[in-house]
Amino acid sequence: MNYVIVGNSVAAVGAIRAIRALDQQGNITVISREKHNAYGRPLISYLLGGLINEKRMSYLPDEFYSRHRINLLLNSEVIGVDTDSRKVKLVGGDTIAYDRLLLATGGDPFVPPIEGIADKDRIFTFTTWDDAAKLKVISQDINHAVVIGGGLIGLKAAEGLNLLNKSVTVIELADRVLSSAFDRPAGKIVARKMKANGIDVITEDTVVRIEGEGTEITGVTLKSGDFIPCDTVIVAIGVRPAAGFLKESNIEIKRGIVVDNTMATSAKDVFAAGDVAEAADFFSEQKNPMPIWPDAYIQGDIAGTAMAGGAKTYAGGLAMNSIEFFKVSTISMGITNPADPSEFEIHSFQDIQNYQYRKIVLKNNLLVGAVLVGNVDRAGIFSGLIKEKIDMKLFKESLLLPDFGFVNLSREIRDTLFSPLGKSVNKDIPAMATGH
Amino acid sequence: MKRIYSIEDACIGCHLCEIGCITEHSLSKDPVKAFMHEKERPISRCTVEELNGGITSLSTTCRHCDEPDCLQACISGAIQKDSEGVVRLDREQCVGCWSCVMACPYGAIQRNLASKKANKCDLCPDRETPACVDACPNRALVYREGSQK
Ligand SMILES: Cc1cc2nc3c(=O)[nH]c(=O)nc-3n(C[C@H](O)[C@H](O)[C@H](O)COP(=O)(O)OP(=O)(O)OC[C@H]3O[C@@H](n4cnc5c(N)ncnc54)[C@H](O)[C@@H]3O)c2cc1C
Repeated sequence: MNYVIVGNSVAAVGAIRAIRALDQQGNITVISREKHNAYGRPLISYLLGGLINEKRMSYLPDEFYSRHRINLLLNSEVIGVDTDSRKVKLVGGDTIAYDRLLLATGGDPFVPPIEGIADKDRIFTFTTWDDAAKLKVISQDINHAVVIGGGLIGLKAAEGLNLLNKSVTVIELADRVLSSAFDRPAGKIVARKMKANGIDVITEDTVVRIEGEGTEITGVTLKSGDFIPCDTVIVAIGVRPAAGFLKESNIEIKRGIVVDNTMATSAKDVFAAGDVAEAADFFSEQKNPMPIWPDAYIQGDIAGTAMAGGAKTYAGGLAMNSIEFFKVSTISMGITNPADPSEFEIHSFQDIQNYQYRKIVLKNNLLVGAVLVGNVDRAGIFSGLIKEKIDMKLFKESLLLPDFGFVNLSREIRDTLFSPLGKSVNKDIPAMATGH
Repeated sequence: MKRIYSIEDACIGCHLCEIGCITEHSLSKDPVKAFMHEKERPISRCTVEELNGGITSLSTTCRHCDEPDCLQACISGAIQKDSEGVVRLDREQCVGCWSCVMACPYGAIQRNLASKKANKCDLCPDRETPACVDACPNRALVYREGSQK
């Protein structure tokens, strides 16, 4: 069996482990256009800011590829897939045959055609190790940077530059930063903390023109008419599934590569996972890209299992983000900001002065979302309750307690999770006598 | 693999499992020194939950899951499952992003705010039986072969 995986990041790693759990014999070829072994992509802002060194970028122990007997092709870009002859085509003309193919190519940064952008030198995106390295090299010459986009990637870039003592302005079109993951109070808390640390945040505005003579940037003009002087611009509007190389193929692509709940695409023996894929949502079952790290791993695991002949089904993508800015922890998951709140039951607690906020979203007595700012301890209990669809009718009152835990739930749940037999243990029977 | 299980009816809410855990993971392995003199006192990897002033209590800890949510969520690769099945956290590699805290459905990973590192059960590699289990005066914690749930 020849497995070919395009992309060498977290979705690929999830798939490699799943394949090798079922098939120790097959050949696995992993192709990446980057020059690095798998690395913590979300760590590039830590690298830029000097919080970690290059060694800590590695996502895996060095021996991972040899232990899993991977044929690793770095610096190689796939430019086409022929699903009839079952081959992938590389830059330079080589082809590689597959029996099972995984497309795990992630996302490409989206750069809109802003006036004046084309001829300027110091325009950057911020999604790869090399992007961070390039910025770091020129950082000495940065006096003021503008970051276009106040989503996760934009804020991370801003944080990295701030750590290098650069002055940074973030410009966000929505009424708050992190609008996709957070509701208004949480977004406001984060923006407040950023401002307190010297990052300027401008909301409900956008860059319409990049100013300057020749290749040099002197500033940006905003829709409101304001002018922000700067010498460097980072475009962080978002990522798009990196599926451009499939244009000639017959694989179904909408916003991302469309997959079913085993991560199979419309083409036989071709799978997709991670940021490039468009899979079912946990709640709505509508298909959409879910560009977060944990989901990429899970999708990779499901895909790898299917590729090696196993059976596992995807429960649907559940959005979740843990983001810390300037020591304020924030965790959000599920539906945090429902479009039609009348269908939901929402409880919240806030103490903005002390950067504390907690919001719980229920629907038909099921927990469907949570936002925690400040005290995020044991947030995972909420994600478990969402995933397991536990009826919260009797426990709702306790969900906002700062020390919410299993004692607030039923005895049955506690016994299932923690007791030796998965159920109540009769004290008369010595526990040791009942091993599996 | 061997796991730590918790018997709620036997738990008296004394928190000695937490003390045992902190002591075991301290530099001196001495409770008084660990609590009074060590600069970086560890935080407990097991959590005793209590309700109604202790009428209900139980000690919760990492299940060393077969397919750990924390590992899938970890953005730095600090969390790995070793060949024995123990889910380990490499403190050097951890960046304190709390993705594991977000993902663990057992609420079994703690935030060590002083060191900005995640904190989780390692089943006490230097001991035959984990310290929390040995510390329990009423055998409310048992360490034995068993499945995750
Ligand atoms: C700055 C930053 C911070 C982030 N922070 C977080 C966070 O805190 N939490 C979180 O959950 N998520 C975060 N993310 C998102 C997270 O990194 C992604 O969801 C995750 O990396 C997706 O993994 P993947 O395996 O699908 O693809 P990717 O990690 O995008 O990797 C895809 C790989 O495929 C390669 N490739 C693409 N096309 C080809 C081709 N044609 N031929 C060969 N190789 C190709 C790419 O070069 C890339 O190396 C962050 C992202 C960024 C950029």
